[in-house]
Amino acid sequence: MLPPKPNPLTFQELILRLQAFWAQRGCVLQQPYDVEVGAGTMAPETFLRVLGPQPYRVAYVQPSRRPADGRYGENPNRLFKHMQLQVILKPPPENVQELYLESLGAMGIDLRQHDIKFEEDNWESPTLGAWGIGWQVMLDGLEITQFTYFQQCGGVDLDPISAELTYGLERIAAFLQDVDSIYDIVWARDPESARPTTYGDVRLADELQFSVYNFELADVEKAWKHFELCESECKALLEAYAAISNDKDKDKNGDRKETKKTDGLVRDLAHDRTRFPLLAAYDLCLKCSHLFNILDARGAISVTERVGVIARVRALAVGIAKAWVDQQRGKPAAEQKSTEEKKSKQRAEVEPAPLSS
Amino acid sequence: MPDFLLEIGCEEIPARMIDAASLELRQRVQKLLERERLLPDGSVDSLDTPRRLAVLASGLSSGQPDVTEQVNGPSVSVAYRDGQPTPAAHAFAKKAGVEISRLERVTTPKGEYLSAKVTRKGRAAAEILSESLPKEIAAIYWPKNMYWRKPAERFVRPVRWLVAMLDGEVIPLEFDGVSAGNESRGHRILADRQVRIPGAGSPYVDALQEAKVLSRARREEQIRKSLDAATRSITGARWREDKPLLDAVVNLTEWPSVILGSFDPEFLELPEEVLVTVMRDHQKYFAVEDSGKKLLPHFLAVLNTDGDPGGVIRHGHERVLRARFNDARFFWQTDQKHPLRERVGWLKNVTFQKDLGSYYDKVLRVQRVASWMCEIIRQSGMAVRPGVVHKAACLSKADLTTELVKEFTELQGIVGGLYARVQQLDPDLPEATRFAIADAIYDHYKPESMEDSVPRTTEGAVVSIADKADSIAGMFALGLQPTGSKDPFALRRQANAIVKTIAEHKLPISLEQLFDDAREAYRGSQAEKKFPPTLDYNHSVKAFLRERLEFYLRDALGYKYDVVNAVLAADADDVVNAVARAKAVTEVRPSPDFESISVACKRMKNILRQASEAGRPSATSIDSAALQEPAERELAAQIPHIAEAVSRLSNQRNYQQALLEISHLRPVIDSFFDKVMVMVDDERLRSNRLALLQTLLKEFSTIADFSEIVTEGKETNESSKQ
Repeated sequence: MLPPKPNPLTFQELILRLQAFWAQRGCVLQQPYDVEVGAGTMAPETFLRVLGPQPYRVAYVQPSRRPADGRYGENPNRLFKHMQLQVILKPPPENVQELYLESLGAMGIDLRQHDIKFEEDNWESPTLGAWGIGWQVMLDGLEITQFTYFQQCGGVDLDPISAELTYGLERIAAFLQDVDSIYDIVWARDPESARPTTYGDVRLADELQFSVYNFELADVEKAWKHFELCESECKALLEAYAAISNDKDKDKNGDRKETKKTDGLVRDLAHDRTRFPLLAAYDLCLKCSHLFNILDARGAISVTERVGVIARVRALAVGIAKAWVDQQRGKPAAEQKSTEEKKSKQRAEVEPAPLSS
Repeated sequence: MPDFLLEIGCEEIPARMIDAASLELRQRVQKLLERERLLPDGSVDSLDTPRRLAVLASGLSSGQPDVTEQVNGPSVSVAYRDGQPTPAAHAFAKKAGVEISRLERVTTPKGEYLSAKVTRKGRAAAEILSESLPKEIAAIYWPKNMYWRKPAERFVRPVRWLVAMLDGEVIPLEFDGVSAGNESRGHRILADRQVRIPGAGSPYVDALQEAKVLSRARREEQIRKSLDAATRSITGARWREDKPLLDAVVNLTEWPSVILGSFDPEFLELPEEVLVTVMRDHQKYFAVEDSGKKLLPHFLAVLNTDGDPGGVIRHGHERVLRARFNDARFFWQTDQKHPLRERVGWLKNVTFQKDLGSYYDKVLRVQRVASWMCEIIRQSGMAVRPGVVHKAACLSKADLTTELVKEFTELQGIVGGLYARVQQLDPDLPEATRFAIADAIYDHYKPESMEDSVPRTTEGAVVSIADKADSIAGMFALGLQPTGSKDPFALRRQANAIVKTIAEHKLPISLEQLFDDAREAYRGSQAEKKFPPTLDYNHSVKAFLRERLEFYLRDALGYKYDVVNAVLAADADDVVNAVARAKAVTEVRPSPDFESISVACKRMKNILRQASEAGRPSATSIDSAALQEPAERELAAQIPHIAEAVSRLSNQRNYQQALLEISHLRPVIDSFFDKVMVMVDDERLRSNRLALLQTLLKEFSTIADFSEIVTEGKETNESSKQ
């Protein structure tokens, strides 16, 4: 056995270190999104921000819920809800891999003492109409990060491309602290008494109770109703947005460049468009996705339904992505960053392409 | 004679793609150099790692040789009017770069023309390369590629640097915004720096080695040696040879080393299949075994660094493997809570294919097809246990609902077999029967390739064939057959597996019957409503299977293409029979009698074709009264004897003897062609002789169509036949 490492980071220190590292490299530190998501990618800070031309850098922790992955807190390596630290670099700097490796140094990992490999792993989300190309980063045989160059999101080809780094925080913490169970991870240590609070102390009840709910007690009929309500409201919003968008197109023969003319009507419509709550529509889409996951965990979705339900959620996500791109384009000139971007944005809206290249 | 170097520096290229891309790039550069006459007698080599594809060439010309050629211009009558050069003459002289007075004249059959020697200057190698290489880089095929910024080229991963040099000189070129220079990069961790390349050729290789980067061959050698060395520390142990795994780790490292790790021997209670899959497929570890091939509680991990003196890396790998094994054990135990027989119903919720329904539907169809097959097999006198087949088919897909298969999908079938062994399938089932069922389930995905073995038992073979036939039939009925390089459902592989299994188990299964049955099993189903009504299922399936059988005979068994064509022209439905016929034809083929029969068959076919083209029909049967010449009477007299013998011997599958019988007819046939003229004017004689040939050809062709056999001096280019 190896001697225990002197002072491995606690779970919260790990988060703080990574956040500080990325904040110093120009990232906005966002807070976790407060609607249930299956992955950090689904938070609007990724899904919507990667669309359109505006450069952006953001980092945030995202608790990610996957009802079917729950194990009643009995499995030392599996969780219903795990924490991802998500970093979006749009566009990716040329030294993005080197930056990433530096971030490992920030958690106290001396790469010269370890074996690091970038192994092919491409990411795809049929529910989001999104896919990307990249690697799983392996540290001494442990997958610690998913590194993806996003290619498409919500069926929209991305321009510029974003790099997404998704750190699996529990795995990394367990590795740093050399514990075999996630529940033994030291989450925090009292600065005075040095008494540890473990991951189990903080989260075990959460895992147990939600496993019971997701697998045994979630009301299938009601979950379907919730799903349908969220879906229909989301659709209604998208239809309303499409109506505004079409009116404007008719007025101007579809020439969107002229929306900034001092034509009162057009200005009003453009104004209407920017205040249109696509973000709320997206929340509804996320709720559908989560409800689908619960129904799936309950075994309530039959084989014939399954593909169809995924397609329904994707239709919402794709509709929102296209509308979002359109809405961003309609923003007043002051919010546009450069002429260079104006050129590229004309390519941004495209037909949804197949999910694989 | 300068050396040339091109290095494409890239973010980590997927290991599975490196070898093919490296070969392609080398060939592209070689062809470019040859096309541009820059490679008089040099050689081209490659060096590749996860982060670079490099091509090295030595013995390049520094430029193209100048080319002088005679070029003809306008005719003299056009070029001169009244002794004065016309604009046409001026234009030609200008184009040729020669003074008008120095133009030559040549006389051709068409008249006298102006002519000039034109010398085209060869271009410098650097100029050509700088212009052409970016196109070659962009043209490399990648199974999956990407953008990293737009508008831009697509490539497998972002290109971060380029080195292009002729000896010590940089070739100026650019690919996707990256300019070539003379700086490469070293190993990511061990030599994380720019590496100045002093020159193409060995200085490049040396500079890389200095920066902890080795060529593919050196890495493979180093890994093999290190695996040996690490294993030697355990007495009697060996590492399990695994070429695909070795290729993977070679292409995941630039400077490899190996560590030996251990795991708790308690885990050896888990089936070896599970342990090896975790180690190989998920962790890329080599398994360690004792001299009896029994698994030892150790593993070998290949690192991309120069060692692990403190044991930190080993500790990490052991930790990960422990978690993986714990998971596997947990899954194994959890899965036992619901036995396979309970899980069959759960398959209603597992999609087989979106239009073909669930795996539950599939299982029902497979059971039907399998029981029809059992009946045919039994009728032929072969032993098969329909009860075992029925039960195995029923349980075959149940493992898709287990945690273990969800986690380790490559263990489908195997897990079902392992579970069937330890579970009570039916209270009254004797253990031996349960094991037979378990084995059939375990094997039913086999053979997974032409190299893989077929299911061990007839029962396993039947389930395997029925399962695959069901998939193929469903996809073809939907119109989703493979086209060109596209075969997303691996239907070719599955059909190959069917052919191989029938052949090796010598099953009396007609392909046509099998695929009629497989299609019949869809009758009345929901899936059937999705089948396009206009589709010609029978035709497309038949052509597909013939192609697969042809592939099996030629590529797996190594029979000559003409033998295969001859054999399949006679019949392509009974696999076992086709194999036997191919063997027999191959064996008798070298004999002179047989050669001569082949020639005669071609001749008969030609005569019959010409007669039919000329509108001269053959009689419907041989009229013995119209046989005039002794030679034709003799031939007609022999036919029934030969036909009887051939048919009798064929029924006994003694094709070789049957073929010998046929070849004994050679003197009679030779004499017929010597003495008898077929295409005579007398219609009665002619049509009767044609009928004679027709009958003969028909009797001969039950084993093979001999006219397909390529005879001496007529060898055609094999590749053109494919």
